[in-house]
Amino acid sequence: MEQTAIDPSQVKGWGIDADVRNDPTYPIKRRNNGEHAGYSWVRPSQQPISVEILHSNERPNVSATFGTSTPPAGLSGVFRRIAFRYSESSYGHWLPLMLADRIGVMEGVLGDLVRGHVPNFFGELGWKAEWQHNRKSLMGRILFGALMIAALTGYFRGRRE
Amino acid sequence: MLAMNYRGPLRVRIDDKPMPEILHPQDAIVRVTRSCICGSDLHLYNGSVPDTRVGMTFGHEFTGFVEQVGEEVQKLRVGDHVLVPFNIACGKCVFCEQELYGNCHESNPEATAVGGIFGYSHTAGGYDGGQAEYVRVPYADVGPTVIPQGMDPDDAVLLTDVVPTGYQAAEMGGIQPGDTVVVFGAGPVGIMAARCAWLFGAGRVIVIDHVDYRLEFVKNYAPCEAYNFRSLEDPVVFIKRTTGWLGADVCIDAVGAEAAGSAMQTLLGRKLLMQGGSATALHWAINSVKKGGIVSIVGVYGPIDTLVPIGNVVNKGLTLRANQASVKRLLPRLIQHVQNGVLNPKALITHRVPLEYVSDAYRIFSAKLDGCIKPVLLPPSARS
Ligand SMILES: NC(=O)c1ccc[n+]([C@@H]2O[C@H](COP(=O)([O-])OP(=O)(O)OC[C@H]3O[C@@H](n4cnc5c(N)ncnc54)[C@H](O)[C@@H]3O)[C@@H](O)[C@H]2O)c1
Ligand SMILES: [Zn+2]
Ligand SMILES: [Zn+2]
Repeated sequence: MEQTAIDPSQVKGWGIDADVRNDPTYPIKRRNNGEHAGYSWVRPSQQPISVEILHSNERPNVSATFGTSTPPAGLSGVFRRIAFRYSESSYGHWLPLMLADRIGVMEGVLGDLVRGHVPNFFGELGWKAEWQHNRKSLMGRILFGALMIAALTGYFRGRRE
Repeated sequence: MLAMNYRGPLRVRIDDKPMPEILHPQDAIVRVTRSCICGSDLHLYNGSVPDTRVGMTFGHEFTGFVEQVGEEVQKLRVGDHVLVPFNIACGKCVFCEQELYGNCHESNPEATAVGGIFGYSHTAGGYDGGQAEYVRVPYADVGPTVIPQGMDPDDAVLLTDVVPTGYQAAEMGGIQPGDTVVVFGAGPVGIMAARCAWLFGAGRVIVIDHVDYRLEFVKNYAPCEAYNFRSLEDPVVFIKRTTGWLGADVCIDAVGAEAAGSAMQTLLGRKLLMQGGSATALHWAINSVKKGGIVSIVGVYGPIDTLVPIGNVVNKGLTLRANQASVKRLLPRLIQHVQNGVLNPKALITHRVPLEYVSDAYRIFSAKLDGCIKPVLLPPSARS
């Protein structure tokens, strides 16, 4: 790539926000040590806890607001509940959550089928976009997949005989 | 209403979902007019953020009309067209008081290490996001800002994240006049960081990536020197050599967990998910900066351990500064910069996609197809 020397003084807005008083800068600029008083501020009103909310054991309560998307459910929910017995500092927290996420994907497909919806995997994966903008690579990947399947079937057939 | 629906790694679709409701007296319901896909969404999309639940709606960069407000909302009016910072912040806690709006303690029950973020997994509060026709916006008097008269909504939607994040990346670098600033990553955030480095008086700005069309763009937009790391034998040695062998004054990580360039980091961080992401760019930043220099990190990583050369941070006496962007804090200044023509955010938008085609939009942005830099989703009501 061709590089051109740049004269900073010709760059629009050069130096307009340079300010020696901005040091130390964000994030410690507005320190007020309010933390010394602990968790004691006047809290916003509490959102009613209408769905199951798992809260970090590094805090005593549920925050004043929270999202109510997709509460824990099913087998993935069991692992999420286990995870929240451990702190954010522990693998006991994150590994069960990652496992739950993977189980959740399977539960999602099952849930779709139970509701009579067969998920359109190619659509969800955005393969239409690949087909439009990246056809060669997509076909390469499909071909590779097909060859792998053919090779594996051939191998196992051969072994059975 | 129509809403994006996460189904698992690399699988998203549009679905019919129930309308959001007011759940807290300071909530508002917003009808979305613009909603972007962000590099941060790719961490969710790839399945690498723990507690990302199937069925969730993503989207933390959006604008929209206020449709309904809770009884404690005072400033915001029904009908206001607002831009909504990606951080959910109460405005009252000790962290909000210090303008750490990305670190609010009253918006995320699930984790103390991060504040609430719209549509960003349960690790960031479990809120459904703005890649939908409607969205619930908590603390409506704190974050949402009325879009100034005459401002293009495409500029406004980039003020919810990309512009403040790029600006803060440069700001945290503590750039001194004449400094050489190296930005890793030429995505929307890195492009904006490179542009903003000049505003703080940088003397030289260098951007590193491996996607040529993005490098070409940033080279003209920032403007800056732009290098493809695939054509450099070792990016760290290259930076040393080009800075008179002492290293850059400031290095910015605008890549985060999805970094390419090191087989081991990719394997551990992206394939096996045994790290909070691949830290290749951060590794390069730490090793390319001068002794006593500053590394500013806005690239996002997961909550578990991640391999970085921390010994070099010690031995070189580096300062690391990092955070989620504190959007509300920066908005007054940045709105001014956009209005005065100093910053031109909407030039980053390459793709305007109907919300219904969300699966293709994710794929195009994620796989960097069709020259994509920044895609914006348009719900049906915003297209008529
Ligand atoms: N801190 C915040 O508040 C905040 C806000 C928004 C985004 N982010 C984070 O910033 C990062 C960038 O966001 P984006 O929207 O620009 O994403 P993006 O995915 O579009 O851009 C990332 C760029 O980095 C490049 N890249 C990959 N490996 C690299 C390497 N080793 N060295 C240099 N470049 C490399 C990619 O080719 C890509 O162009 C993401 O991690 C995102 O989560 C943080
Ligand atoms: Zn974002
Ligand atoms: Zn707060």
